Amino acid sequence: MKSEHAESSVWGVAGAIVWRGMHTYTRRPDLFIPSLVFPLVFFASFAGGLSALGSVPGFHFPAGYTAFQFVFVMLQAAMFSGLFTGFTIAFDFESGFARRLMLAAGDRRGIVLGYALVALSRAAITLIVVTGVALISGMQITGDGVDLFGLYGLAALLVLVGYGWAAGVAFRFRSIQAGPLMQTPVFLILFLAPVYVPLALLKGWIHAVASVNPATAFLGAGRGLISGVHDHTWLAYVCAIALIFIFVVWSLAGLRAAERSP
Amino acid sequence: MSAALGTQIWALARRSTLKTLRQPFQMFPVVFFPAMLLAVNASGLRAATRLPGFPTSSYISFAIAVAFIQGAMFSLINTGTNLAEDIESGFFNRLALTPMRRLSLIGGILVGVAVLGALQSAIYILIGLIAGAHLAAGSWGVPVLIALGALVATAFGALGCVVALRTGSGEAVQGMFPLFFVFIFLSSSNLPRNLLTTGWFHAVATWNPVSYLIEGFRSLYIVGWDGTALVRGFAVAVGLLVIGLALIAVTMRGRLQRT
Repeated sequence: MKSEHAESSVWGVAGAIVWRGMHTYTRRPDLFIPSLVFPLVFFASFAGGLSALGSVPGFHFPAGYTAFQFVFVMLQAAMFSGLFTGFTIAFDFESGFARRLMLAAGDRRGIVLGYALVALSRAAITLIVVTGVALISGMQITGDGVDLFGLYGLAALLVLVGYGWAAGVAFRFRSIQAGPLMQTPVFLILFLAPVYVPLALLKGWIHAVASVNPATAFLGAGRGLISGVHDHTWLAYVCAIALIFIFVVWSLAGLRAAERSP
Repeated sequence: MSAALGTQIWALARRSTLKTLRQPFQMFPVVFFPAMLLAVNASGLRAATRLPGFPTSSYISFAIAVAFIQGAMFSLINTGTNLAEDIESGFFNRLALTPMRRLSLIGGILVGVAVLGALQSAIYILIGLIAGAHLAAGSWGVPVLIALGALVATAFGALGCVVALRTGSGEAVQGMFPLFFVFIFLSSSNLPRNLLTTGWFHAVATWNPVSYLIEGFRSLYIVGWDGTALVRGFAVAVGLLVIGLALIAVTMRGRLQRT
C-alpha cells in the first residue's frame, strides 16, 4: 500500500515521467540531434559569422564577441529546451499516451512537474555540449565561479519559463499543430532584444522595443555574469521568477482544461 | 513538346499552384517569416554598416536578398509536403496508372513552383520598397529579381520533390527544413564575405552555394549591374535545378517501381 501511495504522489508521477521522457529523448535521434544542432548552428553563425561586429565603434565587451554571442545562444537553447518539451506533451496527447497517463496519475500536478524536470534534464545535456564547443572554440570567461553559477542558474529559470508557456499551450490545444503558437512568441521576444550588439548601439524602433523587453534584461544579466561586469542581474532574476509564477498558473489551468475536455 | 504533354503539365501546374494558395498556413510563413526576420535583422544589424569595407550605408538594402532565399526554402518545404501528401493519399499512384507521361507528373509541380516563386519574389520586392530598400539596378532590375527568384524557388522545389519521392512522408520533408536553413546561416547572409573575419566561417561561406545566390540578388540592390555576381547566382540556381532534376529521375524510378 505504501509503495502504491508513493507511486501515485506528485513526485512518484513526476519521477516516472522523467524516466520515460529521458529514455525516449536519448534513444530517438530525431529528438536528440536537432536539440543539439540548433544551438550549435546559431553559435557558429553568430559568433563565427558576425565576429567583425566586435570592431564596430562603441562596442566594448570585456570577454569578446564569442562570449557575447554565447550568452544569447545559451539562453535561447535553455528556453527552447522548455519549448521542445511542450512539443512532447502535445505529441503525447496526439498519441493517446497523455490520456492514459492522466487516468493513471494519482496527483496530476505530478504530470506538470515531471515534464518540467524533463525540460531541465534535456537543457542540461544541451548546455553542456554548447559550453564545451564554445570553450574549445576559444571563448573567454572573465567572470568568476559565482558569476558562472548565477549564469547557469538564470538559464535554468529560463528553461522553466519556456516550458511553462509551451506546456500551457500544449495542455489547451493537445495537438502538435499548436507548435508555431508555442515557438513564435518566444522567438520574437528573443530576437527583439539586443542579439547582435549591445542595447546602446541599437537605433530606431528596435531600441524602443528592446528597452522594455524582458529578454533584454536576461541577455544583459547573462553577459554581465560571463564577463564579471554585472548588468541588471537582479532585475533579470526577478523577471524570470515572476514569469515562472505566471506560467505555473497558466500550465496548471491548462491541465485543468485538459481534464475537462471530452 | 507535344500538345498533350503541355496540357498535362498545365493541369498539374494549376493544381499545384492553387493547392498552395488555398492553404493559408502554407502561404503565411512565406510572407511573414522573411518580413519579420528582415525587420529584426535590419534593425539589429544596422550597426554593421559602420564597419570599414561594408558595401552600403543601408542595411535593409543589403539584407533584403536573404528574404528571396528564405522564400525559396519555403517553396522547398511546401512543394515536398504537397507531393508527399499526394503520395500518402494515393493520388500520385493513381496518376502514375493513367497514360500521363512521367515528365508531366513532376514537370507540372515544378511549373507551379516557378509561378509561386515569381509571385513571392514580387512580394519581397514590394516589402523591400516599403521598408526603404534601394534597388540600385533600377526598374529593369525588377524582372531580373523575379526571374532569379522563380528559378531559385524551382531549384529548391525540385530538391523538396526528391525528399518527398524518397521518403513519401510529409513529416520527413518538414524535418529537412532546419537542415536546409543551416545553409542560410552559414553563408554571407548577414555580412559580406570580405568582413567574415573568422577563417573557418569565411571558408564555409565561400564553398556554400547559397552565398552566391544571395550575392546575385544583393548585387542588384546595392551595386546595380554586377555581371559576375549575376552570372554566379544564375549558374548556381541552374546547377541546383539540374542536380534536383537528376535526383528526381533516379528517385522517381524507385518510387514507381515500388508502386
